[in-house]
Amino acid sequence: MNFSEAANTGYFFLAPWLVFFPVIGLLINMIFGGKMSEKAVGTVASLASGMAFVVSVLLAYSLSATHGHTVTVPFAEWIHIGDLQLDWTFRVDTLSTVMMLVVSGVGTLIHIYAIGYMHEDVRFKDDVKRFRRFFVFLNLFIAMMMILVSGDSYLMLFVGWEGVGLCSFLLIGFWYDFDTLGRKSTANAEAGKKAFIANRVGDFGFLLAIFTTFWHFGSLQFDKVFEAASAHPDPVVISAITLFMLIGVTGKSAQVPLYVWLPDAMAGPTPVSALIHAATMVTAGVYLVVRSAPLYSLVHGASYIVAMIGAVTALFAAAIAVGQYDIKKVLAYSTISQLGFMVAAVGMGAYVAGIFHLATHAFFKALLFLSAGSIILGMERGHHAHAHHDEDHGDDHAHVEHHEEEVFDPGDMRNMGNLRKRMPITFWLYMAGTLALAGIFPFAGFWSKDEILLDAKLHAEHFPGVYWLLSIAAFLTAFYMGRQIWMVFFGKERTEVAEHAEESPPVMTVPLMVLAVLAVFGGALNIPELPGFELPSNILHNLGHWLEHTLGHVEGLPLDIGVAGISTVLALLAIFFSWLIYGRNPLKEGQDDPLRKMFGPLAFLFTGMENKWFVDEGYGAVIIKPFEKLAKFLSITVDWNFWHDWFHDSVLYAGFKWLAEFLSEPIDMGIINRFADWLAEMTKRSSEGLGRLQNGFVRSYALSVLLGVVAILGYLLFK
Amino acid sequence: MVPVTYYIGLSAILFIIGALGVLVRRNALVIFMSVELMLNAANLAFVAFSSVNNSLDGQIFVFFIMTVAAAEVAVGLALIVAIFRTKNSIDVDQINLLKG
Repeated sequence: MNFSEAANTGYFFLAPWLVFFPVIGLLINMIFGGKMSEKAVGTVASLASGMAFVVSVLLAYSLSATHGHTVTVPFAEWIHIGDLQLDWTFRVDTLSTVMMLVVSGVGTLIHIYAIGYMHEDVRFKDDVKRFRRFFVFLNLFIAMMMILVSGDSYLMLFVGWEGVGLCSFLLIGFWYDFDTLGRKSTANAEAGKKAFIANRVGDFGFLLAIFTTFWHFGSLQFDKVFEAASAHPDPVVISAITLFMLIGVTGKSAQVPLYVWLPDAMAGPTPVSALIHAATMVTAGVYLVVRSAPLYSLVHGASYIVAMIGAVTALFAAAIAVGQYDIKKVLAYSTISQLGFMVAAVGMGAYVAGIFHLATHAFFKALLFLSAGSIILGMERGHHAHAHHDEDHGDDHAHVEHHEEEVFDPGDMRNMGNLRKRMPITFWLYMAGTLALAGIFPFAGFWSKDEILLDAKLHAEHFPGVYWLLSIAAFLTAFYMGRQIWMVFFGKERTEVAEHAEESPPVMTVPLMVLAVLAVFGGALNIPELPGFELPSNILHNLGHWLEHTLGHVEGLPLDIGVAGISTVLALLAIFFSWLIYGRNPLKEGQDDPLRKMFGPLAFLFTGMENKWFVDEGYGAVIIKPFEKLAKFLSITVDWNFWHDWFHDSVLYAGFKWLAEFLSEPIDMGIINRFADWLAEMTKRSSEGLGRLQNGFVRSYALSVLLGVVAILGYLLFK
Repeated sequence: MVPVTYYIGLSAILFIIGALGVLVRRNALVIFMSVELMLNAANLAFVAFSSVNNSLDGQIFVFFIMTVAAAEVAVGLALIVAIFRTKNSIDVDQINLLKG
C-alpha cells in the first residue's frame, strides 16, 4: 500500500477499515455465529459498525486538521486495461465524511436497537436461527454503503450502489416466507423482487450515465471527469449524463416515477426500514447528485428537471401519506416525500441544504421508524399476551377468537389508540421525531427544511414552482404526522390488543433516545444567522463551511423570517387541522376516516390518497399487463406454438425423419445391404463349387497332385 | 561303364510305374508298394548322379530317404491295420468320408 503525501499525516490510512470492520464483523458472525449467543452476535455486529463510526470520526478529525483538503487513499489496483485505469481508491473529503458519519453513526444505533427488536421478532415468527443472518446482512449493508460513499470513481460508487441494492433486496425479503401480517405467503419475497426490479430500471440509467461519461471523458475518476467537463463543457453530453444519472437517482432515492418499490419495502423488519429505506441507502441518489455537482451546475435544464422531480415527488408522496393506515406506510411515503425535498434542493444547487436535510432526516426518520417498530412490537406483545390470556380460559370461543386474531395487523393505526398510556417512552420519542419532521422550531427538521424552502424561494426565478410545491408538501407533512400522532397515541384503545400493548426494553429505547437528542438538536449542525440575535460566528453554518472544501464556495444564508414564519405557521395550522379532525373526536373502532366525509363531493381525492393514486394499478395496466401479455405471447405463441410445435415438431422432426428414412430405405437397405447380401451369396456359391473338388477319393487327389506337378514342371521346362 | 542315361531312364520307368500304381490301384497295400517304388526310383537317380558327379551328397540323401521310407511304412501300415479293423477292407475308394 502506498499513500499520497497528505495521507501520511492524520488517520487517513485507516480509510479502508471503513469497509473492513463491517466485513470482519459479518465474517465472524457468518463463521462462528451459529455457536454464539444472540447477545454476542448482536454485539459483534454493533461493534463492527461502531468501529466504522470511530474510523469515520478519525477521518473527519484528520480532515479538519488538514483544512479539509480532499485526500485519496489508494488501496488496490482493480482494472488496468490500456488507458483505462480504475483502482479501488478511498476518497476522503468533507462530503464523503459527512455521509460516512451519518451512515455509520445512525447505522450503529440501529444495530444496537435491532438486537432487541430481532430478539423478539424472530420469536414471534418462530425462527430463531434468522437472528444471525439479519446481522450478517446488516453488516454487509454498512460495508457496501461505505464503498458507495468512499469511492473515488463512478464505477466504485456503482459497486457500492449495487451492493446496497442487493442488501436491500435481501433484507426486504428477510421474512421471505411470510407476508407483513405474519401469515405464510410469498408477499415479502415479492416486495423484495419489486424493489430489485424497480432499482434495476434506475441502475440501467445510471449505467448509461457511466458509459456516456467514459465515452466522452475517457475516465470515471471524479476529479478527472469534472476537470474535463468544466474545461470543454458540451451541454448535450453533460445533459445526457446528468439525466441518465437522474434515472438512477429516481430508482435508488425513490422518486417519481420509480418510487413504487419503497412503500412495499416496508415488508422488511423495521430496523431495515429505518436504516436502509429511510436514513442511508435511499439518500445515495441525493449523494450522487451532490457528488456530481460540477456536472449538474453546468446544465440548468437538467437541474430544473431534477428539482421538479424532487418537488413533485415531495407533494405527491405527502398526499398519499395522508390516506394511509399502516404506521410504516405513512412513514414510507413520508420518506419519499422528504427525499423529494432533498432532491429538489440539490437540483436547485442548494447542495448544503440537501445534505443538511439528508443528515437531519436520517436522525429523525430513523427515530420515527424505530419508534414505529417499538410500537409494532408493543402491539405484538399485547397481541400475544391477549391471545395467551384467552387460551388460559380454554373454551372454544377463545380458541376461535385466537384463530381470528392470527391475521391481526399490529401495524394498522386503526387498531391502536391511546398508546401514550401503555408506551410512554416511545410516545415522547415519537413526539420528538414528529416535531422534527413537521419542521417545528427549534427541532432539527425546522432548520434543514427551512433552508431548502429559503433556497427555493430565492431561486424561484430559475426554478419556478418548486417553492409552492414544497410548501404544500410541508403543510401535508405536518398534517399526516399530526394525524398519525392522534390516531396512535391519543383517543381510546380501539382494540383489546392496544389495551395490552407493552413498552419496549432499554436495548431498544436507549438508541432511540440518542437519536431523539440528534433529532432535537441536529439543527445545530448548520445554524443560520438569526435576525435580532448576535451569535458567535464559529457556530454558524458549520456544515456549509465544512462542505465548502468539497463543493466550492457556499453562501450561508441568514434565516428569512418570512419563509420560516410561513412554513412554521403552515405546520402549526396543519397540526391544528389534524387535531380538529382526528384529535377532538378520536376515531372509533371500525369508523371510517373522517377526512373522507370532510372532502364532501371531492371524496374521490381521499380514495385516491388511500389507494396511492392507483399508481401501482396504473403501472400494472400500462407496463406489467402488456409485459405479461408479451411474455405470454412469446411463451405460448412464439416459443410453444411456433418454435416447439411448428419448428421442432414439423420442420426439424419431419425433416430429420425424412432424412433418416431416405438414408435407411434406399441407401442402407437398397445399396449397402444388397451389396453385403450379394457378397455373402457369392461366397456361398463359390464355396459350394469348390467344395465339390474335395470328393474324398484319395486317388483323385493324387492325380491332381500329379497333374499339378506335371503342369509346373512343364511350365518350367518350356517357358 | 553303363551310361548314366540308362540309369535315369530306368529310374523314370520305375517312377512312372509307381505313379500309375498309386493312381490306378485301389488296394492300400499295393499303393504303398507303388509309393516305395517311386521312392526307390528317386534313390536310383540320386546314386546315379552321385557316381557321375563324384559327390557323396546323393548317397547321403539316399540314406535319409530310406530312413524316411521305413518310418513312413511303419506309420502307414499301422493306419492300414486300424482301417481294416473298422471297415474290414483296405480299398481306398471306400475310405471317402472326408469330402466337401
